[in-house]
Amino acid sequence: MQSTRKIRVLIAKPGLDSHDRGAKVVARALRDAGMEVIYTGLRQTPEQIAETALQEDVDVIGLSILSGAHKALFPRIMELLKQKGLTDVMVFAGGIIPEEDIPEMKKLGIKGIFGPGTPTETIIQFTLENVPKRT
Amino acid sequence: MAKTEELVQGVLAGDRRSIARAITIIENNTAEAPKLIAQIYPHTGKAHIIGLTGPGGSGKSTLIEKIVRKYRQRGKTVGVVAVDPTSPFTGGAFLGDRIRMQELSTDEGVFIRSMATRNYLGGIAKATKDAVKILDAAGKDIVIVETVGAGQSEVEIIKVAQTIVVIHAPGLGDEIQAIKAGLMEIADIFVINKADSENADKAVMDIQSILQLNNKEKTWKTPILKTIALTGEGVPQLIEKLEEHRQFLKKEIEHKKSLLRAEAELIEAIKEKAATSIIEELRKEGKFEELLHQILEKEIDPASAAEKLLRGKFKKAVSNA
Repeated sequence: MQSTRKIRVLIAKPGLDSHDRGAKVVARALRDAGMEVIYTGLRQTPEQIAETALQEDVDVIGLSILSGAHKALFPRIMELLKQKGLTDVMVFAGGIIPEEDIPEMKKLGIKGIFGPGTPTETIIQFTLENVPKRT
Repeated sequence: MAKTEELVQGVLAGDRRSIARAITIIENNTAEAPKLIAQIYPHTGKAHIIGLTGPGGSGKSTLIEKIVRKYRQRGKTVGVVAVDPTSPFTGGAFLGDRIRMQELSTDEGVFIRSMATRNYLGGIAKATKDAVKILDAAGKDIVIVETVGAGQSEVEIIKVAQTIVVIHAPGLGDEIQAIKAGLMEIADIFVINKADSENADKAVMDIQSILQLNNKEKTWKTPILKTIALTGEGVPQLIEKLEEHRQFLKKEIEHKKSLLRAEAELIEAIKEKAATSIIEELRKEGKFEELLHQILEKEIDPASAAEKLLRGKFKKAVSNA
């Protein structure tokens, strides 16, 4: 019987910033690349993001943040993902994340960080190459 | 395969990760899928399955959020399957139904899953049906299936439900024509949302005249309800109607409907399996490719070609002969 596996991506905006154009651009680009993109809108709490990732059984999470609160929010999100057993989900981030914070974010387990102006093609390729394999 | 048994135990216990993984398995139609459904099936049949459909701009998602909240207030657990179209060009999908429901994400009594229509072998209705079965077996009292109601496949999806609610709002265009043919006939409850709009009463009257004709032969007369999803007005009455319909279904009439539904599902399953194995065989025998070329050369039409291929297989070919 025919199997139709699709890559499922959650695009989430944690925290209080209300600039969602970037997130929507990335969401649409990933959709146009053949992925199923769950977009949950603005002002998501880490709890909402982690629980959504669980219910939707996503392969990838893209976090978009422009408010500078990444240092507070990302560790909480990664912790919750671990607690819920979602250790095989690939997480990338975008928005305004200063270069000096990138090593710390990578240590948390965030695989890729894409600043403003990153071509969507780059993000698409990155996702395709780094999506975790499921048995 | 002990893995499937474990997963099924998780689903029956209401474990959210197991539910999520189980839905992914049936979505991707992996080798495990039939076994999973077979083991889940005996545990289904307890949930009230409600279909909610309506065009974009009708306030459907906002209304669903209010409906779920009301059910939660009454101590019921709810599963929601939100279906959105897959792009026929890219194969991808933008699943945004959760946006209006996100506050419910952290309510342990609510499970929300977004599904794309994809290109399921059995059709999206079958995949949706299987996702509903999983949520039913997981112990959800109510399972809501949500679609946009724009195409024929959406009508098929909504038939998965026991109670079908069609939602509309005034000012979305030509009221009656905007409602997908086939939905009027199967709606159990009609909702005019944005009832505070000045065209609401006219919308109700327009729908009423059509429903009156439909309702003549029916035992359940489809009512028209008015709601204002933003404030929640009319939602308690809607819940009452949903409960009323549920009770109505529990009587003998539903048994007949269930029998018909089961028959339809069985026939679909037979068709699917038979077609797949027959086509495989025909391809192997070699005449398939030959006839394809004849079709391209207009030497034979597809129906006659099928006749030829099947003639050897069955005494009576699959035709209207």
